[in-house]
Amino acid sequence: MIAAFARRFAVACLVTLGLAGCGRSDDATVVRFWAMGREAEVVGELIADFERTHPGVRIDLQKLPWTAAHEKLLTAFAGDSLPDLCQLGNTWLPEFAALGALEPLDAYVAKSGVVDASDYFPGIWDTNVVDERLLGVPWYVDTRLLFYRRDLLAAAGFDAPPRTWDEWRRMLAAIKRNAGADKYAVLLPLDEFEPLLGLAIQQSDPLLAEHGTRGNFDSTGFRRALAFYVEMFRETWAPPMSDTQIANVWFELGRGFYTFYISGPWNIVEFKKRLPPEALAELRTAPLPGPDGAGVGVGGGTSLVLFAQSKRKAAAWQFVEYLSRREAQLRLHALTGDLPPRRSVWADPQLAGDTLAHAFREQLESVRPAPKVPEWERIANTMQLTAERVVRGGLPFDEGVAALDAQVDAILEKRRWMLARQAPKP
Amino acid sequence: MKVERVAWTFVAPALAVIGLFFVLPVIAALLLSLTDFDLYALADTSNLRFTGLRNYIDTLHTPLFWEALANTLYFVGVGVPLSMLVSLGTALLLDSKLARFKGFFRTALFAPVVTTVVAVAVIWRYLFNTQYGLVNYALTSLGFGAIDWLGDANWSMPTIILFAVWKNFGYNMIILLAGLQAIPGELYEAARIDGASAWQRLRHVTLPMLAPTLLLVAIITVAGYFQLFAEPYVMTRGGPLRSTTSVLYYMYEEGFRWWNLGRASAIAFLLFALILAVTAGLLRFARGSRAA
Amino acid sequence: MSWRQSSQGASRWLVNGALIGATALTLAPLAWMLSVSFMTRGEAAAFPPPLVPTRPTLANYVELFTVLGVGRHLVNSLLLAGAVTALSLLFNLAAGYAFAKLRFAGRDALFRGLLGALVIPLQVAMMPLFLMMKSLGLVNTYWGVIVPSLASVFGVFLVRQYARSIPDELIEAARIDGAGEWRIFFSIVLPLLRPIIATLAILTFLTCWNDFMWPLIVLSGDAQQTMPVALASLSREHVQDNELMMAGAVVTVLPVLLLFLALQRHYLQGLMLGGVKG
Repeated sequence: MIAAFARRFAVACLVTLGLAGCGRSDDATVVRFWAMGREAEVVGELIADFERTHPGVRIDLQKLPWTAAHEKLLTAFAGDSLPDLCQLGNTWLPEFAALGALEPLDAYVAKSGVVDASDYFPGIWDTNVVDERLLGVPWYVDTRLLFYRRDLLAAAGFDAPPRTWDEWRRMLAAIKRNAGADKYAVLLPLDEFEPLLGLAIQQSDPLLAEHGTRGNFDSTGFRRALAFYVEMFRETWAPPMSDTQIANVWFELGRGFYTFYISGPWNIVEFKKRLPPEALAELRTAPLPGPDGAGVGVGGGTSLVLFAQSKRKAAAWQFVEYLSRREAQLRLHALTGDLPPRRSVWADPQLAGDTLAHAFREQLESVRPAPKVPEWERIANTMQLTAERVVRGGLPFDEGVAALDAQVDAILEKRRWMLARQAPKP
Repeated sequence: MKVERVAWTFVAPALAVIGLFFVLPVIAALLLSLTDFDLYALADTSNLRFTGLRNYIDTLHTPLFWEALANTLYFVGVGVPLSMLVSLGTALLLDSKLARFKGFFRTALFAPVVTTVVAVAVIWRYLFNTQYGLVNYALTSLGFGAIDWLGDANWSMPTIILFAVWKNFGYNMIILLAGLQAIPGELYEAARIDGASAWQRLRHVTLPMLAPTLLLVAIITVAGYFQLFAEPYVMTRGGPLRSTTSVLYYMYEEGFRWWNLGRASAIAFLLFALILAVTAGLLRFARGSRAA
Repeated sequence: MSWRQSSQGASRWLVNGALIGATALTLAPLAWMLSVSFMTRGEAAAFPPPLVPTRPTLANYVELFTVLGVGRHLVNSLLLAGAVTALSLLFNLAAGYAFAKLRFAGRDALFRGLLGALVIPLQVAMMPLFLMMKSLGLVNTYWGVIVPSLASVFGVFLVRQYARSIPDELIEAARIDGAGEWRIFFSIVLPLLRPIIATLAILTFLTCWNDFMWPLIVLSGDAQQTMPVALASLSREHVQDNELMMAGAVVTVLPVLLLFLALQRHYLQGLMLGGVKG
């Protein structure tokens, strides 16, 4: 009798437990979402809001550090463990496209009432189109331009930021004269390829030739860009330092260690948070000076992509649409300072009132995409290493440029073979 | 007969694991190194080409490989002797009849060996910070200039060597200590009766008797130091100016950052050949000096 | 005994002084790690660098376990190192004993082959091993780390060297008494192998805990990452957060350090044995 009761009790317990277990993992579709860096830390708020309004979908967030994200994504691809949805640097899109890892989004956008292509900055939208297929929806944008200290520039005798390289040269030289031996006019960290790429993308010569199968670094355009870059170090306008050697870029700008800094939108927030108020009052931004005029830069940023192998694309797309909405974009900007890719969102006072953002708005209209080849990440790294060697490794300029082309050609060998194979036989 | 069958069931599991997950991959690596297996091939195996020895030839024509090799040789060439010197010194101290609290000292000196490379590399990164590091503070208070330990291409490798010596000397110290303790006391006694000084006893009794152990320690250490990876991965990411990129770090980047698995396998075999050659060289040198 | 009486006092000072100095230098980085881990944020980034926290705090540890969630990585590491240690002990002990004491055709040739494999660096096998794990669906699973470490050439070698000292008569006598081979292994051989079991267990646990390159490659997912891999990625993201990273280092190092301190006698003696014999 007691035994029978005990048995029934046990069964009842098991059933209850089982139900409770089911209750927690209800019938919601679970979308695995990978996010990186700062966005990963704050996107939780947006997820909570999304889940409230979309009870059928749950977002399972995993954070990746930016410095290891590229490696991790490739490892996940190799190991068949990619998530459903991911935030992807848009220069990485061609690489994952070549692997066939990305879901084309043209059909989704055509049906969407939220994602409207004509509202996005064209140069940014273009970075998401690989071989005439749309593979990502821009989430936030990024282009690198000038941050500078107005007071230090004025002290050197200039009342407006440079528009051309020649103007910039004169300012750099004047600032350096004022600053003395232990301070500098501009900061170009030697382990970042972006500043040099910004100068190079302004040239009319493309960085890669023959449909992205050969390096074109021996071109007049790149040589001009690299020469200017190297000149800034030779003239001691820029300190020959890497990021790891500068403990705190914000603090150093505050104490006038340098006057100009080529950087991206995330630093608006960082400077606001970390600069003393009197230095912050003098902080300004300006479009990147060009050989002939300002405002051309690299169209960067991060896109939301769906992976082809995902079985929950419809649910994941709902979240993409949610994140593309005006309110969600404003919220992201408020949380991180990330700049929205949609012109209509920029009209909001939250952005229109931010003086530091204006220069970005201007430059975003004329950004250009980095070369869209899968090998680009590696090529950019190689380019930077060459530049670093020319600046502080004693490598002669001409040798450096020639060696860079040779290395890039070697990196692209497989691509040439694959394209030749795909080409229709005569 | 029955014993034979039981013996096989005893060895079979271990042999299966070693065969399947070590020997087989090594053979596969040899084949892989003859192909251009990369991301494209990972996506679709029809993109795989047999390339013969091209990976080896190309690697040998890559300046970066030679730089990585030079860095590795620098690390091994300076790090191993320094490491062994520290190990021998501390082992001699611990073996001395005059030393007190031997158990405590032995354990304390050994402690870094059991620590996790990644974690202690993080510590060292801060200790050697240019602005706020304790080491530079000590230097400047002694009147020297501050050194940009991890940011200056001339200092980055010495810093990593110092780190490796600190992390590893305890292991060899223990093995050398065992070797020292195995030397019969009568030998010292005889030397003392002959009027040999402490230094002479060290040179003519201790070191010759310890030679086999020293050789063993040298071989293990050389093979281990050739596999430098985690230290630069955490402390410098191979920089500045590639000054701390080791062969293994280079292999990792080729293989698991850029996914050229074919090329990475070739690099791994080149490294293997190098370790083999150096080990064989050490053995031959030891045999030669013993015969002489 | 090995020094002359007259200079003995000075020598004693010299030897012990040198030992104290060396020990202080050796332990200083670890002591500093511990001290900084209790400092408030930003305290260590000052000049001159402070040696002890002015107001000791546990805030860094709290943040590690709550915001950064390292508890899971700690559990992963414990689980993996524990499983590998237990399973590989079984495999290595059985094989090492058989190679030492049981006769079977091809034994010596096989053992020489194994010894030859000892000189091949692990990294050579890594690329194909990764592809293999991928095809077995073991990437991003604990098994991806456990399976390849289930047996090791070095472990088999160590056990075999030690097991050779077991007198044959002991085993023969048991056979004559009618004991089966399994019973002999479990009730006679294993107790005799106890010292080497302790050594090998600690060695395996430490190696597995501290292993970096393979877990870095095969466990890309955040959920399965081991403590060292998680620390490496945290330390890249939080470069300026000195105190937090020191707390992370403490959490990573402390378990193995404590294990070593608790069992150091077995461990060091085992090493000394292996070193002299090898």
